[in-house]
Amino acid sequence: MYRIVKKRELNSTVTMMDIYAPLVAKKAEAGQFIILRVDENGERIPLTVAGFDRSAGTVKIIFQIVGGTTMRLNAKNEGDCITDFVGPLGCATKTDGVKKVCIVGGGVGCAIALPVAQKFKALGCEVHSVIGFRNKDLLILEEEFSACSDKLTVMTDDGSYGRQGVVTVPLKEAIENGESYDEVIAIGPLVMMKFVVATTKPYGIKTTVSMNPIMIDGTGMCGGCRLTVGGKTKFACVDGPDFDGFEVDFDEAMARSNAYAEFEQNQRDELCNLLKKGAE
Amino acid sequence: MAVEPKKHEMPVQEPLVRAKNFKEVALGYSPEIAVAEAKRCLNCKNRPCVEGCPVNIAIPDFITKVKSGDFEGAYDIISQSSSLPAVCGRVCPQETQCESKCTLGIKFEPVGIGRLERFVADRHNANNTAEPKIPQPNGRKVAVVGSGPSGLACAGDLAKKGYKVTVFEALHLAGGVLVYGIPEFRLPKDIVKKEVETLKKYGVNIETNVVIGKTITVDELFADGYEAVFVGSGAGLPNFMGIAGESLKGVYSANEFLTRANLMKAYDEDAQTPIMHAKNVAVVGGGNVAMDAARTALRLGAENVYIVYRRSMDELPARKEEVEHAQEEGIKFEILRNPVEILGYNNVTDRRDIKNGFVTGIKLIKCELGEPDERGRRRPVEIKGSEYVLPVDCVIMAIGTSPNPLIKNTTDGLEVNRRGGIIIEESTGATSKEGVYAGGDAVTGAATVILAMGAGKTAAKAIDEYLTKKTNK
Repeated sequence: MYRIVKKRELNSTVTMMDIYAPLVAKKAEAGQFIILRVDENGERIPLTVAGFDRSAGTVKIIFQIVGGTTMRLNAKNEGDCITDFVGPLGCATKTDGVKKVCIVGGGVGCAIALPVAQKFKALGCEVHSVIGFRNKDLLILEEEFSACSDKLTVMTDDGSYGRQGVVTVPLKEAIENGESYDEVIAIGPLVMMKFVVATTKPYGIKTTVSMNPIMIDGTGMCGGCRLTVGGKTKFACVDGPDFDGFEVDFDEAMARSNAYAEFEQNQRDELCNLLKKGAE
Repeated sequence: MAVEPKKHEMPVQEPLVRAKNFKEVALGYSPEIAVAEAKRCLNCKNRPCVEGCPVNIAIPDFITKVKSGDFEGAYDIISQSSSLPAVCGRVCPQETQCESKCTLGIKFEPVGIGRLERFVADRHNANNTAEPKIPQPNGRKVAVVGSGPSGLACAGDLAKKGYKVTVFEALHLAGGVLVYGIPEFRLPKDIVKKEVETLKKYGVNIETNVVIGKTITVDELFADGYEAVFVGSGAGLPNFMGIAGESLKGVYSANEFLTRANLMKAYDEDAQTPIMHAKNVAVVGGGNVAMDAARTALRLGAENVYIVYRRSMDELPARKEEVEHAQEEGIKFEILRNPVEILGYNNVTDRRDIKNGFVTGIKLIKCELGEPDERGRRRPVEIKGSEYVLPVDCVIMAIGTSPNPLIKNTTDGLEVNRRGGIIIEESTGATSKEGVYAGGDAVTGAATVILAMGAGKTAAKAIDEYLTKKTNK
């Protein structure tokens, strides 16, 4: 069993937790992920590592409440335990040879982008960050990004906070204004990553994306997380989750990501009804 | 006394009933049938069956005990050579091993050795309440990577010699392929649980949720005081054919499909893991895994399930009993067929159509058998222009796996072959790295439970000899 040491709501749909898992905390690096199960009948879900404290033995996860499992996880409180927590899985984000980087985070993807930005900063890189949200209420981690970025741009779709527009707008401006990034790292919804890649490709700037497909075991056994990268089948769990954005087949990944949309909707509705009944 | 020419049938659930449930298909012998079947054994002098068994169980000796009604005595004999009798009695391909060598089989049907082994083990598990004799601990630590058949066998043998064994399992449940791969209807999970519980009684410590190569490396295990490491991490990444359409929704690897159904219990209404309940399913491949996937799909409510195999019925690599059970349950065999492409729904006028990207069919090409290949199996040759489409909404690829690279990539000095399997010395399981032994699918690629178990036992013996020698130096 793995104890929830700390829980904080970042906004109405995104929660942060520190989980006591010393073996995982000892090894975790930015870019890697963990797999957890909330309870005995639970499904295995992957979540990217949002931070870690090696001395305290805790791993930080940040998740959006989107389906049955994340609703169940969010129903747990500090001091409660979850059944399973395994990792760190996948490869860490590569940082070699990068002097100046632009980190682009979208929505809850910012939770994963943050430790990556922090790592580059700690290595002495110049870090520019662009983080985007639908609106002000969904904004998360602004302070944390501010602390590890030489330049931070906050975007909202509706203009309720920061600049109005999508993340690719300031990214393109920066590139056109002569910012010479060694690498752009995009972490967020598939469609956002697809457009970041479309933005950087004409300039030939190396662009890395972090993929988060459907997974089960996460150790290279089931093949559920397969993607087409550079025309070849790759497994996000052992070959990734970071991939060369120019090579990823985003349309296929987007199609695969909603394979269980109907099941998830049913689970969500059932659980909502259950929770409502419990509250009555 | 005349010999009964045929094996005693094992009672089974009716095909049409069992095709709708996940309960075990075969129900096992009663004591009376077991004794009668044991009496068919000629107890011949040259004992060819023992040679046919990958772990050389003293088969005629245990059968003699069954004849006399001493079932516990029979169990003791089997357990001298096998760590998992209840498992192997169910999943071993006896028709190509022990039973294929049976003297009685020259003229009649061979003795039902597998069925007798299963009976003896089940009888023991149901009736035995004696606590195992805990060996005197020798204070030495050995790590076992993976809790599948090879790992459990290795851990068991070492624990019985007094070693302090820790088994590291990546998943949340111990048992490896016995829990994620082989379905409940063929190997009830309670049997695996019981085997694991027995190991725990011998002092084996099982750590789930630890991925060796990620959470802890092999070198760190040595630094942590483990004096030897056995790697039984199993087969790895599933193979795909590389044909168009394999990324469509509704295409699964057999590993994924079976893991969802078995480990995650997706067939259970309370389970939170989704699985497709497809109406028409094509399973590509002809091995046991393909049969398991096909029969699982049927039990999940499919109306038509096809096995697509490129050779003929005679070449099917699956266990005979599984093929027969599959046929009885109504699985259709599309033999001498090779997939060319998987087709998907694509509404060009409405990209938001929720059916887009789901499988609608599989295009197959007919084959005929040509010249034998290097392994002596006749090669399938495609018949030009014979393509046709089989309408299905789910395709399961059961065409083997490639070794998992996690341990190789994080362990200096561990050599692997061209295909990624760990290189070992056959007689000991020793790898190129001192103190590291390996066995099972991680070495051979996808093979059988009994071979993996045998490899685990071989390595346990070698590890004991290695560590004994090391101390005496």
